This record gives sequence, C-alpha cells and structure tokens, in this order.
Amino acid sequence: MGLLSKKDAKLITDPLADNNPITIQVLGICSALAITAELKASLVMGIAVLFVLGVGNVVISLMRNIIPSKIRIIVQLIVVASLVIIVDQVLKAFAYELSKTLSVFIGLIITNCIIMGRFEAFALGNGPWKSFLDGIGNALGYAVILLIVGFFRELLGSGTLFGIPVLGDPIEKTGLYATGYENNGFMLMPPMALIIVGLIIWVQRSRNKALIED
Amino acid sequence: MSNKTDSNSYTIIFAIVMVIVVGSLLAFTASSLKPNIKENERMEKQQNILYAMGVNENEEGSITFISTEKVAEAFSTKISEQIVLEVKDGKILKEMNRDEFMAANNNKEPYLIDIKKQQTRAKNGKSRFLPLFKGQQEGNTVYVAPIRGNGLWDAIWGYVALDTDMIIKGVFFDHAGETPGLGANIKQRYFMDDFYGEKLLTEAGVFKGITVAKGNNDPKNEDKDDYEVDALAGATITGDGVSAMIKKDLKLYLPYFKNLKK
Repeated sequence: MGLLSKKDAKLITDPLADNNPITIQVLGICSALAITAELKASLVMGIAVLFVLGVGNVVISLMRNIIPSKIRIIVQLIVVASLVIIVDQVLKAFAYELSKTLSVFIGLIITNCIIMGRFEAFALGNGPWKSFLDGIGNALGYAVILLIVGFFRELLGSGTLFGIPVLGDPIEKTGLYATGYENNGFMLMPPMALIIVGLIIWVQRSRNKALIED
Repeated sequence: MSNKTDSNSYTIIFAIVMVIVVGSLLAFTASSLKPNIKENERMEKQQNILYAMGVNENEEGSITFISTEKVAEAFSTKISEQIVLEVKDGKILKEMNRDEFMAANNNKEPYLIDIKKQQTRAKNGKSRFLPLFKGQQEGNTVYVAPIRGNGLWDAIWGYVALDTDMIIKGVFFDHAGETPGLGANIKQRYFMDDFYGEKLLTEAGVFKGITVAKGNNDPKNEDKDDYEVDALAGATITGDGVSAMIKKDLKLYLPYFKNLKK
C-alpha cells in the first residue's frame, strides 16, 4: 500500500472487519436479507453499492461546506437518487442486458442505509479523497458479508453456486443427493439471512473481544 | 458550519437551485438517451416473442435470445402474420391484419401494443386489442400471445406460444421486480420449459388454464394432462400471479381458437 498513508489505508481495511457496516454498524441489513438468496445477486448488489457509495461520498464531501444543515438529509437523498437514476438510464441505453439484471436493485440502493449513514457520518465532515476511500471501504465490507451470506444460502438452499449445480442434480438424484441429502428450502427465505448474519456476528465477536458492547 | 448556511433564506435558495440543477440534469439524461432505450425495448419485445416460439440460441440450461443483430430479420421472416383482435365482453368485434391495424393506429406495429393499457381499457368497459403472432414451429402453425399480471412486488408478463388446440408450445416469462433467487426464477429455463406441452382446454373444449401448484407429485413434469406445473420454492405469490395471468389473459383468445377449428 505505497500509494496510501497508514491512516488512509485504515479507512479501507477497517470496514472490512472491525468496523464492518453490517455486522458492527448494523446498517444495510434490509438489502442483505432481500437479495442474498443467490450469489450472483449478492455480487451485483455489492458492485452497484461500491459505485454509488464511492461517487456519492465524493459528491457530498465536495458539497459539504455549502449544504444547509437543516435540509442535509434531503440533499443526501437527492444526490444518491439522481446518481442511481442516471446510472440506470445509461445502462438501459448502452448495456440493456445488464440493466435488466440490476433493475431490482435500483430501489434497494436508494434506500440502503449504509449510503445515507456514510454520507451523514463521514462525507459531511471529511475531504473528498478520504470520503472516497471510506465509501470504497464500507462498500467492500458490505459486499463481503453479502457474498458470505449468499454463498451459504445458495449452496444449502439450491445446491448451486452462481447458478451452477455443485452438489449434483436434486431431481435425478446424482452426486450428494444420491446419499439422501436434500436442499433446505428454508435457506431461501429472508429470515435465514438474518440467522447467518447473526452467526457471522457471533464468530467475529468471539474472536475479537474488544467488539463486544455492554 | 457557518451561520450563513443556517439561515432560512439560504436554505430556501439552496433548495430551489438544487431542484433546478438536478431536475434539468435528469431531464437531459432521460431525453437524450430515450431513442436508444426505446430501440432496446423494441428489440427485446421481438426477442421475447421469438423466444416463446422456439427461435433462440439456447444451449443446455441457458436462456439466450437470438442476437440483436439478427432479431429484426428473424422477426420479419419467422412471424408470418401479426393479427390484432378487437374484443369486448368475450366477443370478437373485429379481426385485423398488420396493415389494417397500422393504418388505423398511427402506423404502430401490433407487437408494440401496450398490454397494460389494453387491460385498463377492458376494465373500464371498453373494447380492447389482443395481438397474436402467427408463425411456424416444426412444421406446425403456432400463435404467440402476450400476457400480463401481477407478481409479489411488481408486474410480471410473458409470451405464450399455442398450437391450434391451445396446447402450449413454449413460453417466456419476465418480471419487473420479483425477489432474486425466489420469484425471479420464473425467468429460469427449468421453470419455463415445464410449460411445454401443457394443455389449456379440457377434452370437451372448456378453458381450464394451468395452475402453478405446490406438491403436485410431478417434479419432472412428465404428466402433461394435469393442468399443473410444479411451483417454485419460496415464490408462492409470484407463482399464483403466473397462474392468474395465464388463466385470465389466454382465455380471451378462446373464441379465436374456436373459430380456427370450424
């Protein structure tokens, strides 16, 4: 990390583990439940949030001295909503297939509390470069949890990863299914994502006691 | 933060300027990209209709439309006729071919008919247009009909290819915002392929439709006489939406198919 000072590097690495937006800050839980039934959706959502949070944080940071504090939440909301809409329109015009995959996430990105949370907590008080790093770091931390949850839900729920069967064919009873193994359809339900997130929080806090609050 | 940005007049001016800037930015983006978007949507409709008919570039398990370069030509050669029926209260008032329809409707291609608008017209007691696309599949004549309904979160729609006995010869489903991994799987090959060969009519010629059913003891979907297709786990409402749109929208075409048999 020769490019970044130690302090800057921390902005990216911290949200990956000890200050993770989902497991520690408890932001963005709603979308983590909604779209993690398959790995591909988790990945797409992770990339989309990476883009919006990175750019959005910079925009808010540049505007931080002129935003009236009384309406700052509305200003943040408008910045994120217009960013998302512009991206959506551009994709629709030039990468139609991709935009079809993303359409479901547009609404979820706008309402994602990580984005508003980082605007409010970081970008309003820091310069553009730091805000950019903070945005990237938090989006990566979010994406990591999404991918872990998506991995377990898709594997145990559908027996596939990225849509490719890895455990055999459940109808023809080949592979693991020949031994009597069955997919757990319950894993596809949103509540199971909450349980997996809970397990991740448990593992994380038992390894790092400093994270446990009273 | 300085006092300047806290005053009411500053706040109001800031809000007004922001609304104007953001509004014009969005309006500019939308209007400059509109022709591209329209063109993409038009090609997608053609791809969907052709997909339902069996004209696609599918490999094992995948869904691959005919490419956008080839779609316009394929659409004009594979679809031999675009028929538009004007119906009201289950009766066909008028049957038009493509040229007649376009002459009466600002040169609009029948495949671009907005099904949602037509459904609203029917709901308000007016007559509605039903488009139907005639083509060939393995030497038999098939008719592709569009359908539209509601899933769990948003609209779902599709195209169904029927032979002259109203037996399904292919479907394509799509959705605006169903849950990925659950309801969104109506767009998966394994779900769509299950519909092939299913019947809509009973032996006596009464319209029965197809139900997306849980636990029908036929996961491989070998029984083609049960008027049922195996449901998707965790997608009950979306599945019910698929059943409802098939039953409601395809029933409208029954008089036309009855006339064909005469």
